[in-house]
Amino acid sequence: MTWEVVMGLEVHLQLATRSKIFSGSSTQFGASPNVQADAVDLGMPGMLPVLNEEAVRFAVKFGLGIGARIGKRSIFDRKNYFYPDLPKGYQISQFFDPIVCEGVFEVPSSDGSLLPIRITRAHLEEDAGKSVHDIFSQESGIDLNRAGTPLLEIVTEPDFRNADQAVAYLKALHSLVTYLGISDGNMAEGSMRCDINISLREKGSETLGTRAEIKNVNSFRFVERAIYREVERQADILDSGGTITQETRLYDAERDETRSMRSKEVANDYRYFPEPDLLPIEIDQAYIDAVRDSLPELPAAKRARLVSEYQLGEYDAALLVPDHAAAAFFEEVARLSGAAKPAANWILGDLTGALNRADLTIEASPISAEALAGLIVRIEDGTLSSKLAKQVFEGLWQAEGTTDEIIAARGLKQVSDAGELEKWVDDVISANPNQLAQYLAADETKRKKLSGFFVGQIMKASQGQANPKLLNELLIKKLNNQS
Amino acid sequence: MIDSALLNASVSELHQLLTTRQVSSAELTKGYLERIDLLNGKLNAVVTVCAEQAIEDASRADERRTRGEGNILTGIPLLHKDIFCTQGVTTTCGSRMLEHFVPAYDATVVARLKAAGVVMLGKCNMDEFAMGSSNETSFFGAVKNPWDTNCVPGGSSGGSAAALAAGMAPLVTGTDTGGSIRQPASLCGVTGLKPTYGRVSRLGIIAFASSLDQAGPMARSAADCAHMLTAISGLDTGDSTSADRAVPDFFSELTGDISGLRIGMPREYFNDDLDSEVRAQVMSALTELEKAGAQLVDIDLPHSHYAIATYYVLAPAEASANLARYDGVRFGYRCADPADLEDLYFRSRSEGFGEEVQRRILVGTYALSAGFYDAYFNKAQQVRRVISDDFRSAFQSVDIIAGPSAPGVAFPFGAKQQDPVAMYMEDIYTLAVNLAGLPGLSTPAGLVNGMPVGLQLIGKPFDESTILNAAHRLQLDTDWHRARPAIEDHVA
Repeated sequence: MTWEVVMGLEVHLQLATRSKIFSGSSTQFGASPNVQADAVDLGMPGMLPVLNEEAVRFAVKFGLGIGARIGKRSIFDRKNYFYPDLPKGYQISQFFDPIVCEGVFEVPSSDGSLLPIRITRAHLEEDAGKSVHDIFSQESGIDLNRAGTPLLEIVTEPDFRNADQAVAYLKALHSLVTYLGISDGNMAEGSMRCDINISLREKGSETLGTRAEIKNVNSFRFVERAIYREVERQADILDSGGTITQETRLYDAERDETRSMRSKEVANDYRYFPEPDLLPIEIDQAYIDAVRDSLPELPAAKRARLVSEYQLGEYDAALLVPDHAAAAFFEEVARLSGAAKPAANWILGDLTGALNRADLTIEASPISAEALAGLIVRIEDGTLSSKLAKQVFEGLWQAEGTTDEIIAARGLKQVSDAGELEKWVDDVISANPNQLAQYLAADETKRKKLSGFFVGQIMKASQGQANPKLLNELLIKKLNNQS
Repeated sequence: MIDSALLNASVSELHQLLTTRQVSSAELTKGYLERIDLLNGKLNAVVTVCAEQAIEDASRADERRTRGEGNILTGIPLLHKDIFCTQGVTTTCGSRMLEHFVPAYDATVVARLKAAGVVMLGKCNMDEFAMGSSNETSFFGAVKNPWDTNCVPGGSSGGSAAALAAGMAPLVTGTDTGGSIRQPASLCGVTGLKPTYGRVSRLGIIAFASSLDQAGPMARSAADCAHMLTAISGLDTGDSTSADRAVPDFFSELTGDISGLRIGMPREYFNDDLDSEVRAQVMSALTELEKAGAQLVDIDLPHSHYAIATYYVLAPAEASANLARYDGVRFGYRCADPADLEDLYFRSRSEGFGEEVQRRILVGTYALSAGFYDAYFNKAQQVRRVISDDFRSAFQSVDIIAGPSAPGVAFPFGAKQQDPVAMYMEDIYTLAVNLAGLPGLSTPAGLVNGMPVGLQLIGKPFDESTILNAAHRLQLDTDWHRARPAIEDHVA
């Protein structure tokens, strides 16, 4: 049987507001347990929520960013369930009337085409706290620092057919929200968590199969793996005539498998009802327009502009754009150096490589955009060969100074003086009679290859400073004249 | 022992005495503390007495007055219903669940009165989590009615009403979710006002039903209520449902002039559900108002009879969520040696909550459950709007609406305890006012068989002034509000 995979995603996005959605506590990650939980976050008697306007603005930004309809009147609801890290015994969420309504998000895939994903809704809610089971031997701890952190839950229609599409969507979403500045998108710290609803159906069928939900997957790679493994699992069951149980599963990265969460004996009934402690959020057109006017250039527009304005290839643009900081870095280097294509090459090549090896983000790059531009200027004006440039790059990385300072200190200036070049060429030819004889005996095609040996020797002698283009011309002339 | 003239003095009179230094706040405070000491064993109206703090605060109020600072309430003693969070002072809400709960914060009402220089004597007993109409559901024992200690004081602000009637304080606070200020005020012969929803901040008041809860003053007169109302009203950014409306000086609005005031009498409030003797008293009060220049107009509130059913879906539904935080995890009662998480929840809540609270949590949970939401909660929300519309259209032709505050006078302990629906009927005339978010007050309207009757006056949204003024007129023309129970005789 050939199965078609049908998936919808729910992403819980932590919004980067400074304070919580319903209290004044800080949302900073990594504080000691419970120091960022006030009486509201603790659900103390008599405490009331007060909505953080910034969270609303962020949600509207998101809605406009994906071209969705904004709910003019959205309402908070209470989602009731008991859990030790849910202080009030209910989560304030939006069930009936969300702030972001239907929309279509155009996700760029690797081949440059756009994959339209239908967004069902996105709603505001508060995060819960965290239960800690591994600190105390006999008891569980509860850390409520995270309780009340604003979340935007973004729900799609079941529009995904494979893992690549799901990952492309998540990457595009990640890129969008960091461009919008509404989330740090830090998956390792839980700022972006993904639930995957996944089912299989016979190819060509219109009806949906029974789905499993894989909860709380927190990296692109794990999303990909989780989908692979879950599709395999469901296909195996269906192929052998079994049926899928509707359930919640977890992806275990260590064992690379999904497994069922302890099933609750009864299905949860959350008993949603409108939150009487909060007024409806009323959003008028003027507010929407003001937020729209404040939107930055978004990834899709930026990609198009990098191609048209800098003549970058689609491929380079697609690599630069998703990381807002990388794109900004590129534009700065391109502007300062006046050489866009080399700027893109250096950023995507040597710089990215070095940053990856050092496990640094581009924001923390030891080489500033200005410094890299200085290097490119010296390549473009012929001062540096690409070989010398790599040495200067190394010097920049080690913070030895500016490009010009490093050239001076390391004596890396490219030598184009005909007299000096001629001396190196003559010395090397006369020091290698055997290679010269071979060269002279060879035919045209072989000669080309053998000349490489002399170039290498001369570069060595000149400590890489010989202008390769001039050197090559001179060497060939001299070698051919030997006969 | 406190002078009986002082015991009956109004806030204005006390202010005058304090200003002219005929009495100090410290003396007044000590006098009321002695009074509490003397009577509370009999009435059980006060659950916490803050004697030391009160005397300290009183001295500070005296210093303020000596410096020529302060306002009309500075140095006036007061008791808070134990539903208001008070920083550093145990706040039980009448429940075992919060028997040892000491808040780290003051409710906005408490903070505003504190800032005015009011002296808190202690905290009043109440029905558990404000759920009850007789004060029999308190974990700390029933409150007795000072008019007849075999009878209930009403609820849920029964401790407040009883303490006030017995002269334990000149001012008390209450909260009213379905009649919890007006019904006990009626049963204890005092004046109590539930303001418009949103008029007074709910921040720091332990929630029962968030869309209905409202705090208000209880006092010996409409004028005294007006003083307190001015102090506690107004926008609080900490409560999203608090209203951004100008707060008048309610006292200065008491002109006593009610000529031409159109008073609506809902036919539905004067039908056979109403005790005939109570009806006669209410009518005589209305006749007094008519004599003072008001016009009595028959009106209809055609959906009144849905109020109880609507209320007993919505209030328990909200309560079922509001009381979910009492899970034994972070604060409040925790059962001994829980076997596991579920056991912790189950026993902490079963042991920590009384029967009526558990009944309402279950009713509310049921009303919100999948498959029942539309039939109960949603339908009740719709009926709530219809009930509000009844009032809105009635107010097209009248300025205020009048009726009884309760269907009868105070009843003996146990009379309705086994029959929740009979108990719920106690609030038949008050619930709709909460559903519509309107201001309502109860003012004494004489006695039936020696027990007080209350006249309820209902106003337009944010028009507390008009109902206070009508009550004030009545209190200028009659002595009903001056009637005092002979509680000292019982004690002596």
